[in-house]
Amino acid sequence: MNKEEIKHFIAKRAARELEDGDVVNLGIGLPTLIPHYVGQDVKITLQSENGFIGLCACDEKVKEDGIYYIVDPSGNPAGVEHDGMFFDSSFSFTIIRGGHVDKTILGSMQVAENGDIANWIIPGKAVHGMGGAMDLVVGAKKVIVTMEHTQKGMPKILKRCTYPLTAKGVVDMIITEMGVMEITPEGIVLKEYNPQYTIEEIMAATEAHLIISDDLKVME
Amino acid sequence: MKNTIFLAIFLYTFANMSKKEIITAEEAGALIKDGMTIMVGGFMTCGTAKSIVNAVKAHDLTVICNDAGFENEGCGRLLARGQVKRLIASHVGLNKQCGELVNAGKMELKLQPQGTLVEQIRAAGAGLGGVLTPTGVGTIVADSTWPTTMEGKQIIEVDGKEYLLEKPLKGDVAIIKGYVADESGNIRYKGTLRNFNPLMATACKMVIAEVEKIVPTGEIGPDFVETPHIFIDYLVLNPMDEK
Repeated sequence: MNKEEIKHFIAKRAARELEDGDVVNLGIGLPTLIPHYVGQDVKITLQSENGFIGLCACDEKVKEDGIYYIVDPSGNPAGVEHDGMFFDSSFSFTIIRGGHVDKTILGSMQVAENGDIANWIIPGKAVHGMGGAMDLVVGAKKVIVTMEHTQKGMPKILKRCTYPLTAKGVVDMIITEMGVMEITPEGIVLKEYNPQYTIEEIMAATEAHLIISDDLKVME
Repeated sequence: MKNTIFLAIFLYTFANMSKKEIITAEEAGALIKDGMTIMVGGFMTCGTAKSIVNAVKAHDLTVICNDAGFENEGCGRLLARGQVKRLIASHVGLNKQCGELVNAGKMELKLQPQGTLVEQIRAAGAGLGGVLTPTGVGTIVADSTWPTTMEGKQIIEVDGKEYLLEKPLKGDVAIIKGYVADESGNIRYKGTLRNFNPLMATACKMVIAEVEKIVPTGEIGPDFVETPHIFIDYLVLNPMDEK
């Protein structure tokens, strides 16, 4: 698979984690592809940390007008569902930090076997800031990381994160092009694997110890 | 007769209802003086009162804003003109110039999680001594020796769980953007223009609001006003959203 195919493969699998009625916050990049793969019978509500629920694609007519009263968290024009609502940033983070988001799906640079996540700063590189990421991973009921399994051949799923953390012990699930992993008190359990790779290859690409599930399934 | 008295009282009240002073963006910009702490609403410049920000001439400013805007746009305009001494924000990645200024030692940057930043502003406006948040515990956000971390961070344990004490953030002037104001200064927002604006309006000594429309008092209506006139000092009319 090329980079683009990998992204869509991961997004398609991540979409199956979403259940009817879920309130979901999606990170930038790969996670924004996920709504395309959510089934017709599954209605989710997207939360946008800049201040609304009911995030959807921008109405073409609004785009033509050239004045955008609705933007997504990246600052791009967006739309709102008929059952949506706008609110201020305090209320937005009441929803996020207060545990009212069912699932947040976001990318990461590193994840550790104890659920630590590092996805906002690389020492010595340009500082971007954490934005809403720290609140999201602390507050959401379930934190799902979608990312490529390795970075330039180097493992991203580690025994301990080496970059400054976004939060400690918050990640519940990791979905990569190689497999689906759950973080448990015993460590990282490989639940599904992509048959394009052998179990040995997946273990070699992972620094953290992988516990192979008794009920290991093929990733689709 | 009774009706006439009521009408008289109504007209008297109406005539005496104070109208908020409407000033130009330039006059608003001149209210900001060297060394002040200002709050600027907006999220990636959506909901930033750009006509006022562009007119600010003062230097050595401490700016509190969600982000650094874009290069030379929104708060980025103040950065580009070297007017900012210290920026407190949650995300600056979409303005390359911000990192350059920090690396060159020309500006100090403090990064706070977005949900923390807005609660610090709310705490100031609500007269609270700060907020306790689980966000940032166990990260460099809790470590004040880190250059981008705010000073004096403390961990406080409540019922066995650790929280960060985040102190209130106050300002001298808030530059906010609404969609419509009535002549008394009551404000209503639109879409994602809200973000930090309603909170900042409560946390500063002076509040200047840029709006796209000004309508007669009562036309927004008490059920729909979002920021009441008691918080607003001046209105600036900017019918077209200036870039």
